[in-house]
Formats: sequence, structure tokens, C-alpha cells
Amino acid sequence: MSGWIIILVCVLYLLLLFFIATWAEQRKKAGKSLINNGWAYALSMAVYCTAWTFYGSVGRAASGGIAFLTVYIGPTIMAALFWPVLRKMLRISSTMRLTSLADFISTRYGKNFSVAVIVSLFAVAGLIPYIGLQLKSIINSFEILAGNAAQHNSSFIAIGVTLILTVFTILYGARSVDTAEKHEGLISVIAFESIVKLLAFLLIGVFTTFFLFDGFADVFRRMAAQAQSERLFTISGTHGMYEWVSLTILSGLALLLLPRQFQVSVVENIHENHIRKASWLFPAYLIAINLFVLPIAFGGHLLFGGQALVNADNYVLAIPLQQGKPLLATFTWLGGFAAATGMIVVETIALSIMISNNLVMPLLVKKVQSERQADPSFQPRILLIRRIVIGVVLLIALLYSKTAGQRLSLVSIGFISFCAVAQFAPAVLGGMFWKEGNKKGAIAGMIAGFLIWGYTLVLPGIMPDAVFVQQGPWGLHWLRPYTLFGLDGFDPIAHAFTWSMLVNVLLYIGVSIHTKAGAQEQYQAELFVDVFKHGRNQQGVQPWQGQSSVAELQQLLGTFIGTDRSTNLLQGYAQRQGIAVHPQQPADGRLVAFTERILGGIIGTASARILIGSSTKEEEINLEEVLNILRENQQTIETNKELRKRSAELSKATRQLEAANAQLQALDQLKDEFLYTVTHELRTPLTSVRALSEILHDNPDLDEAQRQHYLAAITKETERLSHLITQVLTLEKFESGRYRPHLSATNLAQLLTEAVEALRPLAAEKQLSIHLRMADTQVLVQADRDLLLQVLYNLLGNAIKFAHQHIEVQLVAGVSEWQVWVKDDGRGVPADEQAFIFDKFFQARHQTLKKPEGSGLGLAICKKIIELHGGDIIVESQEGHGAAFVFSIPAS
Amino acid sequence: MANGTARILVVDDDPYILMSLEFLMKKSGFDVLVARNGTEALQLINEHRPDVVLLDIMMPDVDGYEICTYIRQQAALAATKVVFLSAKSGDADIRKGLELGASLYITKPFSTRKLVSQIKELVDAA
Repeated sequence: MSGWIIILVCVLYLLLLFFIATWAEQRKKAGKSLINNGWAYALSMAVYCTAWTFYGSVGRAASGGIAFLTVYIGPTIMAALFWPVLRKMLRISSTMRLTSLADFISTRYGKNFSVAVIVSLFAVAGLIPYIGLQLKSIINSFEILAGNAAQHNSSFIAIGVTLILTVFTILYGARSVDTAEKHEGLISVIAFESIVKLLAFLLIGVFTTFFLFDGFADVFRRMAAQAQSERLFTISGTHGMYEWVSLTILSGLALLLLPRQFQVSVVENIHENHIRKASWLFPAYLIAINLFVLPIAFGGHLLFGGQALVNADNYVLAIPLQQGKPLLATFTWLGGFAAATGMIVVETIALSIMISNNLVMPLLVKKVQSERQADPSFQPRILLIRRIVIGVVLLIALLYSKTAGQRLSLVSIGFISFCAVAQFAPAVLGGMFWKEGNKKGAIAGMIAGFLIWGYTLVLPGIMPDAVFVQQGPWGLHWLRPYTLFGLDGFDPIAHAFTWSMLVNVLLYIGVSIHTKAGAQEQYQAELFVDVFKHGRNQQGVQPWQGQSSVAELQQLLGTFIGTDRSTNLLQGYAQRQGIAVHPQQPADGRLVAFTERILGGIIGTASARILIGSSTKEEEINLEEVLNILRENQQTIETNKELRKRSAELSKATRQLEAANAQLQALDQLKDEFLYTVTHELRTPLTSVRALSEILHDNPDLDEAQRQHYLAAITKETERLSHLITQVLTLEKFESGRYRPHLSATNLAQLLTEAVEALRPLAAEKQLSIHLRMADTQVLVQADRDLLLQVLYNLLGNAIKFAHQHIEVQLVAGVSEWQVWVKDDGRGVPADEQAFIFDKFFQARHQTLKKPEGSGLGLAICKKIIELHGGDIIVESQEGHGAAFVFSIPAS
Repeated sequence: MANGTARILVVDDDPYILMSLEFLMKKSGFDVLVARNGTEALQLINEHRPDVVLLDIMMPDVDGYEICTYIRQQAALAATKVVFLSAKSGDADIRKGLELGASLYITKPFSTRKLVSQIKELVDAA
């Protein structure tokens, strides 16, 4: 395929990136951000997948089988920890305007300058080779695609691409001096490139799996048929398992600590909540992009077999080329190109911020201190420095790719970089969750870790044949880099990771415990570890007093961001915080802190600290004072918390009171209703009594028969009255809860017989038959004899009132209780009334029809009595087919 | 209208109350009809067009409110006066009875003498 066509495609693609970046920034200006969502955030995180993923995974899978997965399992596990870990990192960074990992670590350990320098140097040493390898992958893949004829073009491609990426990175990554600003265009491009590389990989995967083979099963089956393929599908032995675990941890740490990951997931984050989506979307992306790694690796192996000429790293390109699909090959190549360029751009920006802020800026800051009055603005100079740094980083990477990088494969360089950034883990994670961790521990751990990393990974990698690698320095075998202290049989990465991390962690913890942290450090430790406890505003309170005037602060900030903006920012902040601003008076501590934070976003926190510290003639402050201020802050927070808790309790109590009140009102209403019903029930017999008495009184001339008739009626109605009153009082007694039944061993069978016999004459009067059937004649229960008889009379009385011909009474044994059934063949109880039939005055309440038959309290009293015995009463009935009242009494 | 010719229908499902009212109205010289439930009452109203109906409210079939409403809907019964006699003594019950077009709402228990004089007044006013 002609190299020039590929170059054309490449240029067009890069132009597309410029277009997307510009478009995204215009959208942002119009208030319609492309990346203010969890999707773009997760996609930008996928910058984790570099050319290493794109080409190297297949290569690794071809030789090591499923072992390639560790690089993705680690991050997947880490993604599950995003909410507790990454969110905390994010909150800390956003409240303090931290813009790089070096800033993060140095700020935690007292804004210490040496820490910032160490972190920056190590990051550069660990990562520039990685960037170089990405460039190398672009060149290699180009050569494969274009064929050997285009060899002479590859250098041109390398230089050209580097140049364009430099321009792009400068344009979209270093436009403003404030590094805390979001790079909208840049992140849009990264998200876009993540889509491109995923699509390209899926396409070649589908092509290999489903067009060249017959699906997954087919590829795997054919591979399994090959000799010695078993190890590709399994993890072998304890060593294998240990390597799996350590590489998984290593990759998980890398996801958090690689400068480019810090850039996209912390510095460029727009909203904390985007983390939620990323914590499932990002792992999903990893799964998708790895779906076809094994099929491609196996497919390539099957297709190219013994041909050692084709490196497994290049299968994704070699397969479509061999199949005569140049278009597919080109698109695949573009995917790899996207993976490489995305990584290069973000990593370069992240490194350039570290280098310029921590290695170059201190020199500039010294200059500011000496000639501040003379030079009104450093703005262009800072930008120029950052741009030059970007150019230099890329240039070194390019040189590396053409020289030293030839020796090591993509995968091993990747892991070496991972292992380098993993050395930050104790300082970063310890710093976030452990207040005792201090500067000396962090420095000791990191330096030791890096030395071991260099000795066990980098040196033997560069000169594998050196004597000290083979025999150990001074002939000491136990110091051989690949088998340090006799730890043998592991691959170099797992070996180096184990030793460096072990020593690093032990030193960090050990030194931290045995040394004392300075005041500034303790203060920062507090702010980091308890970042969620301290409000955002607390970050502004600083434990020291400066003597700088407001005007001086404005001028200082002005030299970096311009006088107008500086004045606006400071006055805006003062207004929001309610700080009085008089230009010539000493500035409020919060204003100083605010200035420092803004400066930190531009030149790094360590540099900002030096600048502010010297220019505000800050007084040294003792530990006691710092802790007092902290305690006060915390006390305020505690008080606020307490207040919030109190007010929550108060409103809870209010709600409870309201509920109780509503309940009381309901009860009150029930009481009213009851009274109304009772008086109403009393009125009817009273009416007759009064009317008949008055008639008797006013009409002395009535004949004797009529007189007797009226008097009998009066007696009957009076009885009705007294019965009603007795029942109301009885119910009142039971409902009050004070009544205790007089329980004693009672024969239920005998009681039943007694009641039935007593009422049999009444039934006979109405030509009704009563059948009594009992399971047993000796049924002892704990019961109040009189009360239970009352229930039986009531139920039987009702039955006699409603039955047409038959009444049946049964005594049945239940599981742990005895059941008494009283059945009649009357009109029955309608289904909608069955639930209420035991309510007092149910018959009379809310209705004008159906005048109560009886007092309306009988069944309510029955229910109460049965409940006092620990039993239950229900009615079973079908309208028109009689009713059965069933009550139960616990067996004793 | 002369007392002697006024026709009164007494409606109540309580036999003793019905008995007392029948006695009182007869003794006052009215032409008395009695009904023990709503259905009977409606039948008698249509057949005899009484001048006054003494009406209980709570009855097992048709309640007094419905009977009153029925009477007020019939043009032929425009002259018929309704007097509620009820144990329902709430303000709302009384208001409802009067709104339905009753001339009087008397709560139970009542004074027989006062009842008789009130009915006489009502009949004389017509």
C-alpha cells in the first residue's frame, strides 16, 4: 500500500482532531459542553488503553494466553473503588486547585518543594520512555502497513506526527496559564479517540472471529488442538498465581497514579457525580476492547503458524493485509494511531505541567521575588516555558523511540512505567487516609522504591549482558537484579514490583511513625484525610499571619494573570466571604490563602507556597497555634453538626406530636360518634316510655285493657333501656384495658351444653331445631365462665333471631385451640359488612336504613370477651345461605 | 281546613311509638293512617294524599328523607306537609330534614302535648 495514501489519511485524521477540538471549545462557549457528562468522562479515562492495548495485548495473549487480562482486571477492581478513593482525590484536588500528581503529593506533605521535585523527576524518568514507545508503535505500524518500500518515509512520519502533536498539545493543552482550567477541546478529542480505537479493534475482531473463523468456539477449538496450547488457557502454579495478583494490583494502582489518568480523571473532571457512571462504564469499555484479543491472537497464530517473521504484536495489521483487505487494515491502523496519539497528548500535558511548575518555575519565582516591581507580567513567560517543555518532552520521546527504545517491547515498557508510578502509591493513598504519614516517610519510601525499580528493572533491561546482571555486583549472587535476595522464578515485573513496593511501604510507615511532622504538614494531613469533614470554605483558613497589604497581593497575582483579572478575582472573593478590603491595610488571612490557591493552579502549590511565604513576610508559627486553629475549625463544624442534629430531632418530635394529635383527634371523633350513637339508641325506647306515660297521665278514662297494654309496653322499653346501659358499661369496662377476666379451668363442652339447653325453649317457640355436635365432652380451657356464657347466649340469640329452620353448634379441635361454631340458615351477612360486623353500633352508624335489631353492642362485646381469652372471632357467610360465627379459645 | 277532616299519615317502624302517635292523633280528631315502614308509607301517600305526614327517618326499607324528597317532587302532593319525628338529633340531621322541604323537625323523645299543639297549628295554618 502506498505510504503517501496512509500519510494523507493520517493528516486528514489529525485535521479532524483539530476540527473536533475547535468545535468543542465553541460549544463550550455557547454553554453547550460536549463533555459535561459521565459518558465523555468515562471515555476520556479510556486513554488508559494505549497502543500497548491495541497491539501489545494481542502479542501478550499469543505468548502468555489469558495472562494479558491482569492489566484490565486491576483497573476494573479499582473502578469499583472510584467512589471512596477517586472521589476523595477529586475533592481534595478541586478544593485546593491541585493540578498534577506532584502537586497532590507535595501539598499533602507540607507543600514541600523537595517532594514536588522528586515526584516530578521520577514521573518524567518513568514515563518519557512510555511516550517514546507510543511514537515507536506509530512508526512500526506505519512500516507494516506501507510495506518495506516505505521505510524511508517512516522517519518523516515520526517527525511529522510529533510536530503536529506538539502543535496540537500546545494549542489545546497550554493556552491559558491557569492549569486548573478545563481543557474542553482536548478532552473531547480524547473521548473521540477512545471511540475510534474501540471501533477499530472491534471491527478487526469481528472480521477475524466471524469471517476468517466460525465464531469464538471455532477459534478456541482449533487453538486447543495445537500442541502445548494448554498453558494459554490457565494460570499455572503458585508462581503464576502470584504474578497474576501482583500484576493486577500494579495495574489497578497505575489507573490511579499515571499522570495522564490523574489529568483526565481528576484535573479535567467537571462534576464529581460523573464518577458514578464511569465506575461501570469504564470497566465496560475495558471488557469491550478486550473481547477479541484472544480470538485475534489465536487466529493470528493459526494463520501465520511458524512464521517467526510476523511478530504477534502486529497481528491486527498483518491479518487484514494477508487477507487482502487494505481498507480494513488502514482503519485498524487508524485505531492504533488514535490509541497512541491520545496517550501521547495527555501524558505530555501532564508531564509538562509537572516539569514547568516544579522544576522550571522555582527559578522564575526567585526572579519574581527580586524584580517584581520591574516586571509587570509573567503571563507570557509562563506560557512560553510550558510550551517549550511540551516540545522538549516530545522531542526526547522521539529520540528515545529511535534509539534506546528498540530493545524493549511495548508491554515491558508499559509495565516498567506502571511500576514507576506505583511508587507514588504509599505516599498518595497513605496521605489520603492516614494522618500520621509524613514527609520524611514519603520521601524515604519513594526514593528507595525508585532505586529498587531502577536496579531491578531498568538497568538489567538496558544492559542485559552486563556482569552485575549475570553474576551480581562484586560477585554477590544474592544481589543479582532479577533474583534479589534469592527471590527466584518470578517474571522481572512481579519481582521488581514486590521488592520496591515492600521496601517503599515499610519505609513510609516506619519512618512516619518514628519521626515528627511539622505544623504545616499536620495541617495539610488534616485537610486531606478529613476533606469531607471540612467544608470547602475551611480550606481558606490558614494558620499563619502574613503582613502583606491587599494591594501587594493584587500586584503579585497580577504578574501572573494580569492586573484586571487579579483585581476582579480578589474583590469578588472578598465580597463573597464578606471580607473588608482596604488596599493599604494588611490582607485578611483568607485572602492570602485564596491568592495562594490561585497561584498554585498556575505555578504549582510548592512554588506558590514559596512565593506567598516570602512576599507576605509570613511569621513562623508554632505547632500549638496551628492545632488550636484546626481545633477551632473543627469545633465550629461539630457545633454546626450538633445544631443540625438538634433541629432534625426537633422537626422529628414535631412530626410525632402532629401524628399523636391527629390520632387523638381521630379518637375524639370516635368517642363523639360513640356518644352520639349511644344517646341515639337511648332515645327510641325513651320516646315510647315518655309518650305512653303522658298518654296514661292525660287520659285517666282509658279502658283497663288499653292501660295494661300501655304499661306493659313501658316496662318492656324500660328493660330495653337498662339492658343498653348495662352493655355500654360492660363494653366500656372491657375497652378500658383495666378489666382482668377471672380465668379458671372450665369445661367448654359442658358450658356449650348448658347454653344450648337454656335457649332450646326459645328456639322451639320459633319452631327452630338446635343440633349440638362436640368432638369431646371433656374440653378444659382457661376461661371466665360467666363471660363465655354471655358470648354463647349472644351468638345463639342472634342465630335464633335470624335462622329459618336449623341452628347447628359445633365444638371442633384446632391445632392449638378449640373452635366453637354457631351456624344458622338465615339470610346471612353481606360480604361488605363482614369486616365491620363486630364494630360497636355497626348497624346504626352512618346509615338511616336498618334500625338496629338489639343493642348494636352484642357482637362488639363478644369480640372483646374472646380477645380477653386470647382467642379470635370471625364470621363466615354467603348472603342468603346463612351465617357461621366461629370463635376460638386457646387449648390449655 | 277543619280539624275533623284533616288526614294524617303516621310512619314509624317502632310499634310502641306508632301506637302512641296513632292514639294521640286520633284523640285530636284527625283522620289517621299508619304505616310501619317506608314501602307502606309510599303506598298510603299515593292512595290517600294525606294533609300531614309524621315521618320517622330510620326505617328498614326506604328512609324518611327519601319519602320526603318523593313527596316534594309530586305536584299532586304540593299541599302535603311533612313533619319529621326522629331520634337523629344532630344539627346536620335537622338542617337536612328542613332543606328537603319538611315543615317541622321534632326530635325524639318529645312532649306529647307540645307535639299535638304543633300539629294542630300546622293544620290550621293551611
